[in-house]
Amino acid sequence: MSPRAVVIVGAGMAGMRLADEIRRRDPDGERVQVTVLGAEPGPAYNRVLLPGVLAGTMSAASVTLYPQGWAEDHHIDLREGVEARAIDTAARTVGTACGAKIPFDALVLATGAEPRIPPTEGLSGEDGTPARGVVAFRTLADCLRISADARPGVPITVIGGGLLGLEAARSLAVRGCAVTVVHPVGHLMERQLDTEAGAVLAKALTRHGVRFRIGRTAARYLPGDGLKLDDGSHVPAELVVVAAGVRARTGLAEAAGLPMAGGVVVDDTLRTAHPAVYAIGDVARHPGATPGLVEPAWEQADVLAGLLTGTDPQARYRGTTVVTRLKARGVDLTAMGETTTDPDDEIDEALRLSDPARGRYAKLVLRDDRVRAAIMLGLPDAAASAAYYYTNDVPVPEDRLAVLLGRALPPAAPAQDPATLADTATVCRCNHVTKAQLTAAWRTGAADAAELSARTRAGTGCGTCVPLLRGIAGWLAGREQEAS
Amino acid sequence: MTGTTTVAPTHCPYCALQCGMGIATTAGGPPSIEARRFPVNDGALCVKGWTSADLLRSPARLTTPLVRGRTGLRPASWDAALDLIAAELTRLRAEHGPDGVAVFGGGGLTNEVCYLLGKYARVALGTSQIDYNGRFCMSSAAAAANRAYGMDRGLPFPVADLRAADTIVLAGANPAETMPPFMRHLAPCADSGGLIVIDPRATPTAERAALHLRPAPGTDLALALGILHCVVEDGHLDQDYLAERTTGFADAWRAAAAWWPERVERVTGVAVADQRAVAGRLAGARNAYILTGRGAEQHAKGTDTVSAWINLALALGLPGRAGSGHGCLTGQGNGQGGREHGQKADQLPGYRSIRDPAAREHVARVWGVDPGTLPGPGRSAYELLDALGTADGPRALLVFGSNVAVSAPRSTRVRDRLAALDLLVVADIVRSETAALADVVLPVTQWAEEGGTMTNLEGRVLLRRRAVAPPPGVRSDLAVLHGLATRLGQPAERFPTDPETVFAELREAARGGVADYHGVTYDRLRAGEQLHWPVPNTDHPGTPRPFLDRFAHPDGRARFVPVTHRPPAEPTDADYPLTATTGRVLAHYQSGAQTRNIDALVAAEPEMFVEVHPDTARRHGLDEGDPAVVVSRRGRVRATVRHTPTARVDTVFLPFHFPGDHRANLVTNPALDPVSRMPEFKVCAVRLEAAPADGPPDEGRAA
Ligand SMILES: Cc1cc2nc3c(=O)[nH]c(=O)nc-3n(C[C@@H](O)[C@H](O)[C@H](O)COP(=O)(O)OP(=O)(O)OC[C@H]3O[C@@H](n4cnc5c(N)ncnc54)[C@H](O)[C@@H]3O)c2cc1C
Ligand code: SF4
Repeated sequence: MSPRAVVIVGAGMAGMRLADEIRRRDPDGERVQVTVLGAEPGPAYNRVLLPGVLAGTMSAASVTLYPQGWAEDHHIDLREGVEARAIDTAARTVGTACGAKIPFDALVLATGAEPRIPPTEGLSGEDGTPARGVVAFRTLADCLRISADARPGVPITVIGGGLLGLEAARSLAVRGCAVTVVHPVGHLMERQLDTEAGAVLAKALTRHGVRFRIGRTAARYLPGDGLKLDDGSHVPAELVVVAAGVRARTGLAEAAGLPMAGGVVVDDTLRTAHPAVYAIGDVARHPGATPGLVEPAWEQADVLAGLLTGTDPQARYRGTTVVTRLKARGVDLTAMGETTTDPDDEIDEALRLSDPARGRYAKLVLRDDRVRAAIMLGLPDAAASAAYYYTNDVPVPEDRLAVLLGRALPPAAPAQDPATLADTATVCRCNHVTKAQLTAAWRTGAADAAELSARTRAGTGCGTCVPLLRGIAGWLAGREQEAS
Repeated sequence: MTGTTTVAPTHCPYCALQCGMGIATTAGGPPSIEARRFPVNDGALCVKGWTSADLLRSPARLTTPLVRGRTGLRPASWDAALDLIAAELTRLRAEHGPDGVAVFGGGGLTNEVCYLLGKYARVALGTSQIDYNGRFCMSSAAAAANRAYGMDRGLPFPVADLRAADTIVLAGANPAETMPPFMRHLAPCADSGGLIVIDPRATPTAERAALHLRPAPGTDLALALGILHCVVEDGHLDQDYLAERTTGFADAWRAAAAWWPERVERVTGVAVADQRAVAGRLAGARNAYILTGRGAEQHAKGTDTVSAWINLALALGLPGRAGSGHGCLTGQGNGQGGREHGQKADQLPGYRSIRDPAAREHVARVWGVDPGTLPGPGRSAYELLDALGTADGPRALLVFGSNVAVSAPRSTRVRDRLAALDLLVVADIVRSETAALADVVLPVTQWAEEGGTMTNLEGRVLLRRRAVAPPPGVRSDLAVLHGLATRLGQPAERFPTDPETVFAELREAARGGVADYHGVTYDRLRAGEQLHWPVPNTDHPGTPRPFLDRFAHPDGRARFVPVTHRPPAEPTDADYPLTATTGRVLAHYQSGAQTRNIDALVAAEPEMFVEVHPDTARRHGLDEGDPAVVVSRRGRVRATVRHTPTARVDTVFLPFHFPGDHRANLVTNPALDPVSRMPEFKVCAVRLEAAPADGPPDEGRAA
């Protein structure tokens, strides 16, 4: 049997991962022949790491996904800079920008999403592409363009105070730019945060040099000058970075008549309405997945690779438990679950901690000891463990305060005062010596710490208890003096 | 108080620190232990060391060979026992070929015994089927060190170097309990707030740390990748070092790049801020070390996990730099020497590969045999045990210095395999759980009763002197091998019984190998010389820090190895919702065969327990002290509940020192590391149950 021809459209995080996962299961291409069409020029890269490139802490080279020659070595026909233009589902071919028609047995749409440019006057040109001085934040090329202008002190405005906009803003602040975020809604990251968290977050980011215009919409873009806002005020900007949301890149699928719901609808096998066409990643819509995150994309690639190679015909994608994590240096923010709906007082436990002065905010909603929702800001430990409990469906400890703070409150410091230390307390753990044994050794003639140690072996192991041992010897000597 | 007391210098019989101690003997009285200054322990000892002499005169000692008859094991004469073994081995070899008989060794045996055991297997038995318990201990660290440095010397620097460190990362090691005197070398760093401990458990070692990271069990690899990410992102890469002393960073980085800190946080539960802090502290230190232990290594991805830590160390330019470095903390007494002299399935003496024609020729010449007669590589420890008594597996097994019935993973299966053998021979000092299953048991000498050399965790060769006479009826392992070899028609001089004579031959066999012992002699050791291998000739001062100028690969460079995280072999699920992890406690050593026979140690830690977070225990209706059963897909282990408020709510801890129904390894997962063949001791999926009221009777301590 000749190998099944799989054509992947899109050489991004999902598409390349799928090619990789296929080759992991079918290293020599005996089951599946893989072609990948990638519209972006140059080697595939890790999009998740772009904020690092924007901040200048990572080089463009350090975010490429695969070394040169990798595709060839893995029998993957990778065509960089080649865009798919049309699908002929009847003939089972895909046409490219350069006129080629590539036949497929299975076609995988991994076309991702594209930035949405708000309809603000002046932001986009006649053809709908961004005007001069306006850049979206999606590709490596975008990043390099922004970086080229992002010198210290340069005024830059970011449109959109969602996850992406804030990461961009923070990265630009690392470079020393004068960054202002314009956000039309009442508080930042409104999809993940409640009002109070949004406010604390704004404060925390302000401390890192980001300015905000919250609840304001950009009314007009004046190239080279800045943005005029809906209240008539003016925000200077040599560059405008647009992070106002994305939409699934569905053109091909729509033209092929596949059903849409904000993206290409897929089932648990990642199949669209057409039996030979699949979709994964940001372009796909699965009821269990939040689009816009790499984790579902990679899990989908994993499942689909098992199906396409036939190595795991039973594989199914059931959805991904999503945790939102802001990647902004110095600001730890994690959100999970339904953070914006009110807890049900009957069945939920809700805990809250608010410390805006120190940039801390926590909200934790529990049901049956499980995390239902959480926002953790400025509490890195709590965030990491709450996310862990949430993802793995682990019941949280009874000590709710510890969960909220991220660590158990330190137990009352064990008394290290020789006088008040309990007789039964272990002094030397290595040799299991209690205070009572030391007192007994003293009574039978030991006269200092060294002799106590020689008789009981206390302090002869790891040595940690030696100071305490000396203290006890001193206390015993003092007691003796008092008595005489 | 009669008679004069003589004190002979020696070393502790247990762990790889090999603390110096004195053994005092008084005519008529029992021997006792005295403190002795030695660089690794500075006069300190742990409770195991202090009580080690108790086993010399213990009633638990075996003093006569035992042969299984219809009514169980009965005393027999040495001749009868050895004749019987030789006859059976001859028969089984004739019926099933040389690989029909197998040998299993141990990391507590002297270099001389390890060496002669390997020779016995390859020359007298002609079998490829030999491996040892170090596979369960050091194999992942060894494989990773070989890949990176071209040489596996646990610590490529003396332990005392650690005293000058400002930052030390301990990944998966708990020396405060497993080798307490070692903590003295960490103390200056810990006291100044520079100790970082990575361990899912809040161990006594972690209590000393300024920063304690608690990754979910089985996610250490991801954590190391996340920290590497921070190193790159925060500009801590040592570019000059990368260029001059290493190769392969680009590929390793590409694999690590997919593990950005936030993703790692998700998988490990360790906050990004903490990952960044580790990177920063390592980079900011003048002297920094990364040390790995079993917690990182005993996984089905143990080799890659160690490689990830090594990659991190290399990225920061630590290995091979004076005052900094990476190393692994070897566990068993001769865990280092035990992996160098030919009891490992794929190795010949001197850390030579059994696949290398030149190595085969060299060793064959020393042994006076045709290289063509030497077998090739055999099965690794668990695979060997798993094959016993199966259609194409061995029919006989000789066990030296190992208690596999307790220490191997998935004990039930191992016990069945041992039972399926035609012949099981165990040479031991006490009636271990494995000895109790044997057809023939041979009573052998222990540390203070025998001469020999040991190689400690820093590659230092130590002389073990005979200080007390063994009980009558007991023979040395060397004498046993001699007796068995000559009965199989081997010339007597090929299997000497005098350790120094064996060592002289070992020096030749190891000459020019990676672990070159040629320059080590008993006389030099007697004179107190501190010799770390390689020691190529007798004028050579030894090599305490082998990588200062170059690494051991032909090009002198260290290699980055691209590694990526993968989840534990057995994920938790609705039926087995908890993770079990296993390890050691202060008062016991390994399978406990020795330490469970010492009253003071039994008093300190008398019974099997399971550490459980109080909430998790309560959810199961289990109070402190209640009997419980920990159940996995492979078995059930009985243990007393110990409420441990510092434990993770999703993880239970089981010590692996106890026998019978209390063997932690009844539940462990024998999923093997693809490179080192290390089983996944440190993570498996379990559930917790209250013990049924009338459970099976306990086996108690080794009898
Ligand atoms: C630090 C460390 C941590 C580990 N953690 C785990 C873990 O968490 N879980 C796990 O399952 N495994 C763990 N292991 C691995 C472990 O499995 C050991 O490899 C294993 O316990 C060795 O077991 P053994 O029975 O072979 O040796 P031991 O239990 O030490 O038995 C050695 C046997 O040899 C006998 N003996 C001693 N000296 C002599 C002599 N000279 N001649 C003849 N007989 C002698 C003893 O009486 C005993 O019967 C760990 C190992 C180390 C070193
Ligand atoms: S067991 Fe290890 S740490 Fe304890 S005394 Fe012996 S050698 Fe030293």
